[in-house]
Amino acid sequence: MNYPERLENVAVLGAAGKMGSGIVLLTALEMADLSLDPANRDKEFTLHAVDVSPTALKGLVSYLREQALKAAEKKAVALRKAYAHREDLVLNSDIIRQYVQDVMDIVHPTTHLSDTFGSTIVFEAASENPALKVKLFSEIRAHGHPDVWIFTNTSSIPISELDRKAELSGRIIGFHFYNPPAVQKLVELASGGTTRQELKDFSAAFAKRIRKVVVPSSDTAGFIGNGHFMRDLLHAIAEAGRLTAEGHSFVEAVYMINKVSQEYLVRPMGIFQLIDYVGLDVCQCILKVMDDRIPGELLHSALIDELLAKGVRGGQFPDGSQRDGFLQYVKGRPSGVLDPESLAYTPVDSLAATCDVKLGATPASMISWKAALASANSDQSIAAFYADVRKTGTLAADIATRYGKRSCEIGRKLVADGVAANDEDVNRLLLTGFFHAYGPINSYF
Amino acid sequence: MNPLRRKVYMAAGSTTVSLGTGRKEFHPKKPRPGLEEHIREAGQGVLAQIGGAANVDEGVIGNFMAARFNHQGHLGALIPSIDDGLLWKPCHRVEGACASGGLALLAGIRSVLAETSEVTLALGTEVQNSVKAIYGADILSGAGWFRGERKHGHAHFFPSVFSDRAGHYFEQFGRDRTRNAFARWYRNAIENARLCPTAQEFHNTTADLEALALREPNPHTFVDHLNVFDCSKVSDGASAIAIVSEDGLSRIGVSKQDAVEVVGWAQLEADLTRPPEDPTRLETTRRTVARALEVAGIGIGDLATVECHDCFTMSGLLSVEAIGLAAHGEGPDYICAGETARGGSVPFNTCGGLVGWGHPTGATGVRQAISLWQQLTGKAENWQVEIPANRPYGLQVNMGGNDKTVVAIVYKRGG
Ligand SMILES: NC(=O)c1ccc[n+]([C@@H]2O[C@H](COP(=O)([O-])OP(=O)(O)OC[C@H]3O[C@@H](n4cnc5c(N)ncnc54)[C@H](O)[C@@H]3O)[C@@H](O)[C@H]2O)c1
Repeated sequence: MNYPERLENVAVLGAAGKMGSGIVLLTALEMADLSLDPANRDKEFTLHAVDVSPTALKGLVSYLREQALKAAEKKAVALRKAYAHREDLVLNSDIIRQYVQDVMDIVHPTTHLSDTFGSTIVFEAASENPALKVKLFSEIRAHGHPDVWIFTNTSSIPISELDRKAELSGRIIGFHFYNPPAVQKLVELASGGTTRQELKDFSAAFAKRIRKVVVPSSDTAGFIGNGHFMRDLLHAIAEAGRLTAEGHSFVEAVYMINKVSQEYLVRPMGIFQLIDYVGLDVCQCILKVMDDRIPGELLHSALIDELLAKGVRGGQFPDGSQRDGFLQYVKGRPSGVLDPESLAYTPVDSLAATCDVKLGATPASMISWKAALASANSDQSIAAFYADVRKTGTLAADIATRYGKRSCEIGRKLVADGVAANDEDVNRLLLTGFFHAYGPINSYF
Repeated sequence: MNPLRRKVYMAAGSTTVSLGTGRKEFHPKKPRPGLEEHIREAGQGVLAQIGGAANVDEGVIGNFMAARFNHQGHLGALIPSIDDGLLWKPCHRVEGACASGGLALLAGIRSVLAETSEVTLALGTEVQNSVKAIYGADILSGAGWFRGERKHGHAHFFPSVFSDRAGHYFEQFGRDRTRNAFARWYRNAIENARLCPTAQEFHNTTADLEALALREPNPHTFVDHLNVFDCSKVSDGASAIAIVSEDGLSRIGVSKQDAVEVVGWAQLEADLTRPPEDPTRLETTRRTVARALEVAGIGIGDLATVECHDCFTMSGLLSVEAIGLAAHGEGPDYICAGETARGGSVPFNTCGGLVGWGHPTGATGVRQAISLWQQLTGKAENWQVEIPANRPYGLQVNMGGNDKTVVAIVYKRGG
């Protein structure tokens, strides 16, 4: 089976989820592009979009239509050539409409797993639950195509473990997109010890075609991305405890750490906002998977457990808007900070009034995340900023320095433990998967 | 045949800004003026300078594709919406692709010559930001031969037409020197536009314009031989001017000093279904300009300034040659030597031209006339250039499609 043959019959499990919908989009666009190649005219491309929720599948269809339209408008130059043989398609608008139709025709939304039993490729992006994943894979192994390849989007579960439990004999690889898949440039590729070479080759080819940067990870729970993120968030939560012990209130501590981890660390959002974005439940799942599999390190947060037990979840509403978590949101922007006791949110404005003074004055050389990304020589500006931060000796400088140092330590440990091959891979992953302005392994702190 | 049996003047020009990307007040997702508002603003600007609508005998408006950009035909009947004083007066709309504005001027000139009007309000308009550029390209491709050219044309139809011309020109006369001229043309356009508050590029702050303009073209996302800086942008706007006889001037209370006189004009048409014989030349433009200069009884050595149709840097370059200021193949040197810049021997497009001021297609011909009126009567404020007494003429060239409809008009100050 060559590359296009492999992609003739594809399934995406968890297709209507956050990750699944993006994976369906990228894969369907790639399949539509293949179908337009004259060499593939005899082939029929089908993508079974499987999810347990029929309502969510409806949402998937409108998301796909909207996104396929945008993609078509962007590549109209190439599409005119691809549809040159179609005399009936004359205007750009004719061609764009046809392409969207062709993409939609490829996608077959379904709630039946059995529809995927002819598929030769299965992307899996169902919930992060090892037992669920093993059950799905076992069923596919038992009833599906004898040579089916599984590309799991798991954030944390070791691939060789899934392989062993579902008896896939190496026909599985960790093909880990970042959220949202259509936007984030990164794919973290994790092969189990048994993963077959053909899957690795295909992954490289597919990632290239859909224009993703690949960073390889060892087959360790959490891989590189969550290996860093989970330890980073545990540090933030521990810092909140430390500041509370020093006499600040909990909401003040969360406000300050969130602000410093965004503005002083020059990141796209603060750490507590990121936890909310990913979802406390997802973080809990990933932590548990890692904690169960990585000895000698406590990867667990009692606070996250407590908040989830009280119904604080974060994550997104079905329409994509942000649900409240550590922070409260108005139009996607943090507007309040949660008190875990009363579950009330203290307005950010009133916290700013007291906390910004405590944090101390910001150096004039502070560079915004946007400016850092846009600048060609941002490392100089960032180095200059941190030199000034050190001089100020403010509370913010102290939190930032501890934070930056810890992030660097986490990065180095990932390399030392063999999770990442080298410093560059860690940095590249955080740059492309988390949109950081600089890699965690640096000499700024 | 006497093309000027009577004296014809233009005065009291008024234009909206050229609205589109680059203007600070433009936001693609926010509501903005439509055809009606633009037409009213430009039209009322003229009426305020000519003693009101009662002094107007008739109206004419140039527009290319409002029927598709805005689902609005019948633009002649929007003219009375400018002012009640225009009700029950003859009005009509004319169309000749991007030369629609120029054709509106000619309709006004002819009517004054025919003595059927002493004062004609001539307008031009286009509102193009109503659709995304990729669909706008479909609409604008109507200036080409739809049945014969569209299917095999490019997604970006007109940029590609002029990119192909550029490809031929590169081959014959050298790519680097030609692209250097494009970059210089772009720089001149933006620098001029920065002096003129109504220009689309008025707010442009790019430091190194030529370096920006020299970015390599990307055939995957755009066309083979041009980049986006070689192209005029998508623009909304309307422009208006009064076209009057001598009697008309006294009726509206404008002195000859404050008007320009039309001393020569020509309008030629090429066959839409026939490709240009030599893609490195604008033959229709060449013929039309030659005829207009002949009517005016002047040579190109008499020109003080030119408004040419630089919908692309490439058409700017070819216009310089077609007008006759540089020989075939020598336009790049002429431009790179700064001859067309505001300090050069014949400054072109002194408030930015189509690349810098903007190109609301149906309005462009009228806007060019306004610019020359301002320039020749000393009303050009920050963008005024010197008009030498011994060569006091201004030339306007307005081109529709791929050099198919061309209007050329020669002006000098009225008194
Ligand atoms: N959200 C992220 O930031 C992120 C990033 C990278 C990787 N991931 C991983 O991607 C996977 C999906 O995460 P998500 O955030 O998209 O979750 P999600 O909850 O948004 O989506 C999961 C989807 O799976 C569906 N589902 C549940 N059980 C199913 C079954 N038996 N068959 C078919 N569909 C089923 C659900 O209805 C839901 O639509 C997880 O493994 C997660 O760890 C998530």
